[in-house]
Amino acid sequence: MAMILIENLVKRFGAFAAVDGIGFAVERGTVLGFLGPNGAGKSTTMKMITGFLPPTSGRVRVCGHDVQAEPLAVKRRIGYLPEGAPTYPDMTPLAFLEFVARVRGLKGRAAIDRAVGRTDLGAVLHQPIDTLSKGYRRRVGLAQAILHDPDVLILDEPTDGLDPNQKHEVRRLIRAMAADKAIILSTHILEEVEAVCTRALIIGRGKVLAEGAPDGASWRFGDLEAPPGGLDALFRRVTLGEAV
Amino acid sequence: MTGNFVGTGAIFRRELAAYFATPVAYVFIVGFLLLAGVSTFYVGGLLERGQADLRPFFQSHPWLYVVLMPAVAMRLWAEERRAGTIELLLTLPVDLGAVVVGKFLAAWAFTAVALALTAPVWLTVNALGHPDNGVALAGYVGSLLMAGGYLAVCGALSALTRNQVVAFVLGVVACLLLTVAGSPIVLDAVAGWAPRALIDAVAGFSVLTRFAAIMDGVIDLRDVVFFASLIALALFANALVVDLRKGVG
Repeated sequence: MAMILIENLVKRFGAFAAVDGIGFAVERGTVLGFLGPNGAGKSTTMKMITGFLPPTSGRVRVCGHDVQAEPLAVKRRIGYLPEGAPTYPDMTPLAFLEFVARVRGLKGRAAIDRAVGRTDLGAVLHQPIDTLSKGYRRRVGLAQAILHDPDVLILDEPTDGLDPNQKHEVRRLIRAMAADKAIILSTHILEEVEAVCTRALIIGRGKVLAEGAPDGASWRFGDLEAPPGGLDALFRRVTLGEAV
Repeated sequence: MTGNFVGTGAIFRRELAAYFATPVAYVFIVGFLLLAGVSTFYVGGLLERGQADLRPFFQSHPWLYVVLMPAVAMRLWAEERRAGTIELLLTLPVDLGAVVVGKFLAAWAFTAVALALTAPVWLTVNALGHPDNGVALAGYVGSLLMAGGYLAVCGALSALTRNQVVAFVLGVVACLLLTVAGSPIVLDAVAGWAPRALIDAVAGFSVLTRFAAIMDGVIDLRDVVFFASLIALALFANALVVDLRKGVG
């Protein structure tokens, strides 16, 4: 059974269709990359999967639960890192994680200790979040998303603004969790797709433009093939119609 | 249902802690106590009037709250929207209603703390004479109910914007209208043309009139129902506004 099942999803803001008939399924063990220019509809799709925005039409099912009919059942099974990893700046990471744990009904410190260990936050647990570096703040957001060991992870630009070492660490963490979860992440960094994803969708103007997966050392999107490191040319060709 | 209740408790604790995490809480409390003190002892003449009661203290409350309750409630939703944390909050497994109630109760509890710190006024009156402490208690209960009504209205207005200053100004205007609805300024403007029933309805919304009765020591069930209904209606509107505007930046 698909952990995430999206059917003909549409979101209109007035006359503008931010998401215009997107559909796909994600199985356990998959890391699905959302690629696309800014404004393509990646974040809006994620906001509908996590139950933040209601779709104009279409359906989202997570672990068999319809997000419109059973929003709480869906929200319990999803860990979500919104774009920019928003957190409460006046709290410490520990207080913030304790708050999320209480809302999620998690008892004791085990879940917090595990998430803190995985995101390596131990050194800054008692410092207010607004005094932390961007990398640490991103990790606080990640710790919040994996706190309840969810089956489904939705990560909106998880490595945006991080330095190369921090990017490497976050990708390592995602790979380590991939085996028993269904993960969707959005990114502008095409090498990230090669580094962590097992499938990818190129999204533009609210539609799925191409769907791809690794094929040996290359990536194959339908008839198009990208050799290692050649994803950016393929991306331009699909999103702008340029010749490779 | 238990899950929802746990959510409300956690949100209440976080919001209350957030007040005290910055100097805002202390500035607010000191400001409230100073203003309450000035209006009680200088404007109200508590010591000069030769009566052992708290009327000069309580009669300033509706006016203090017009400015102070918007200050307490303005960040409740505007700040979540500005910082983007609203997306985090509303994708946690809690009903929107539980979040709205948790936030409101935190603002109300914070106000109750500030109000409790005015106890020295009550102690002063007890030291100087023999006030009717039943009337004093009624005053405190009524003042807290009135604060709750203002806070709920200002919380709903805070959900309209991502700018705390806008939320504050909207709150002051709304609280002022609620306060003076029964005063001659408003009633005279309506009296010339409106039918009797409408005039009574507008006057019935006046917090000032209702609070005046409570200051005399009479807690009428109708007044309690009025404030409870005002709070419930505003919280409902709050949830509606959050739901309708969450997609708007």
